[in-house]
Amino acid sequence: MLKWLEYMSEGNPGFLGVSDSIWLSLIKVVLLIMPSLALVPGLIWWERRLLSWMQDRIGPNLSGTFTRKDGKRIFTFGLLQPLLDGVKLFLKEDVTPGGIKKDKAIYFIAPALALFPAFAIGGTLPWGPTVGLDGGPGLIGYLTPLADVEIGLLYVLAISSLGAYGLVLAGYASNNKYSLMGAIRASAQLISYELAMGMALAAIVLATGSLRMSDMVNVQMEAFWGIGGLEWLQNWFIFTPYGFVAAIIFLIALVAETNRAPFDLPEAENELIAGYHTEYSSMKFAVFFMGEYAAMFMLSGVFATVFLGGFNLLPLNFDELAASASGPMVGFFEFLHKTAYWTGPLVFLAKCWGGITFFIWLRATLPRLRYDQLMGLGWKSLLPAAVANFMVVGIWMIGQRLWGTAGGLGAAAAAIAIVVVLYLNIVASSKKANDPLLKRTVDMVDPGSSRTVTMVDTKEA
Amino acid sequence: MLEGFLPILVLIAVAALLCTVMVTLSWVLGPKKKTPYKAAVYECGVAPFGDANERVPVKFYLVAILFVLFDIEVVFLWSWLTVFKSGTTDQMIFSGAAVLIYLLLWILGDAYALKVNAIDWDEATSIAPEKLRDTPAYFESTEEADAGLSTVGGAQ
Repeated sequence: MLKWLEYMSEGNPGFLGVSDSIWLSLIKVVLLIMPSLALVPGLIWWERRLLSWMQDRIGPNLSGTFTRKDGKRIFTFGLLQPLLDGVKLFLKEDVTPGGIKKDKAIYFIAPALALFPAFAIGGTLPWGPTVGLDGGPGLIGYLTPLADVEIGLLYVLAISSLGAYGLVLAGYASNNKYSLMGAIRASAQLISYELAMGMALAAIVLATGSLRMSDMVNVQMEAFWGIGGLEWLQNWFIFTPYGFVAAIIFLIALVAETNRAPFDLPEAENELIAGYHTEYSSMKFAVFFMGEYAAMFMLSGVFATVFLGGFNLLPLNFDELAASASGPMVGFFEFLHKTAYWTGPLVFLAKCWGGITFFIWLRATLPRLRYDQLMGLGWKSLLPAAVANFMVVGIWMIGQRLWGTAGGLGAAAAAIAIVVVLYLNIVASSKKANDPLLKRTVDMVDPGSSRTVTMVDTKEA
Repeated sequence: MLEGFLPILVLIAVAALLCTVMVTLSWVLGPKKKTPYKAAVYECGVAPFGDANERVPVKFYLVAILFVLFDIEVVFLWSWLTVFKSGTTDQMIFSGAAVLIYLLLWILGDAYALKVNAIDWDEATSIAPEKLRDTPAYFESTEEADAGLSTVGGAQ
């Protein structure tokens, strides 16, 4: 198979007169899109079940239960529920409301525009080891990433920001006041958090020195904090002080970019009906959700690649350990090195899954933000923190070049100070926002008896 | 140099095809029975009035303008990010200092935007009803406002 892939990658004129490199690209694309497409029903099932367990319910567990001839029932844990929902939605009527007169075409393609970036975003994502066991590309290296271009991370940012178009055009074309409100909120929210997201990633790019996604992972497999003698410990960016700050900022921006709770203001059910997809029915409605889940999946992959060491299960370099070990441990570490190579894609999948579980956990835990709190968090806390973090990385790198690791440690202290400032900032802004609420006075007049009831909310009450 | 982007082109084509199929399929497969109620605009079940393409608060426009400004400033950084690490020590210090000055300008702009309350949304008047006092549309005079505020939410 390796030989075959090698031959394919040489770009010979192949099957049906189409270049082999196009066929190879198609194989790669199928390997990238199929998991995200096939896992969306699983993700929806997982979200519903996990939310149910967190809320002391059972959740969908009966659909897809088969009764055998002897009366025994076979349970599938409700796994078929999202699939059945999907089939049902395909067969439902596709209503175009009568209010939509001039924007019918936009109304039609807006869901597709919302789904498109979710599929296209993974184009530069390495979902498995790009360096084989013998130092060559290896079997997995031929299949991933789809395109190892120089601008990998920039491509991710560019495509992820395309998602705003789908939501804005859907809300605008619906000719519904709630939809328009949701669309405007979505656009303002997405562009606000994109700045913080870009700056958080800029700090990491500065430390990596490359925008190539495979370089991002390979840099994280170098020695921990650049300390000599620690080559066996990987330098995942989440373990570095600046990377930790960037990871938190990126994670918050990620939740906001995918419109997930607590940042789901564009589709806030109890304020805006359903926001930008109020007027959508049948599969078009579901396509928005498919886009949301697929984007969550892929962006979790970006988070895993940039901050969590990509496809590595543990932050350990087993080949370095094998080189320094003696006796029977050498064979053991070499076995682990091989296992880590072949389980890489599965570990990457597991990390994406973990990211989505985190999103669901957030949804079960946190109440929705108010709009001024949302904008305040994005512009007043995350963006300054990301810029400060970016400057610290620059200073840290100059310090490391001039004075070695001590300079890096000095910057570590600065980064911790940033975290404290960020924390105090958020606490202060939330206190300020809550103040009117604490001294709120509401007078209620009963018109029948002209009796006035004064309700006062205070801290003590 | 551009051969590396061929798989991305294929990916974009496949993704566009998938999206089109998804959107079109229910239009093809589903039944089509139009009724006036089904075709009505859904605004919380209340009969809809007026056109939805109304004016929206100018604040959103301000946010978009600020985004364009700050995002373009970040775009200038991207080319520098990739070469910073591989430079000599002198280049590193010189370009690092230049970018720091550039970022100080950036911070100045952000601080100004924050100072003029460019992205401060008003608290909802339901949370701070006293803010209604200065809203001309609600009350003719301050006296009326004071009288009205004591019975916010009640019928006169």
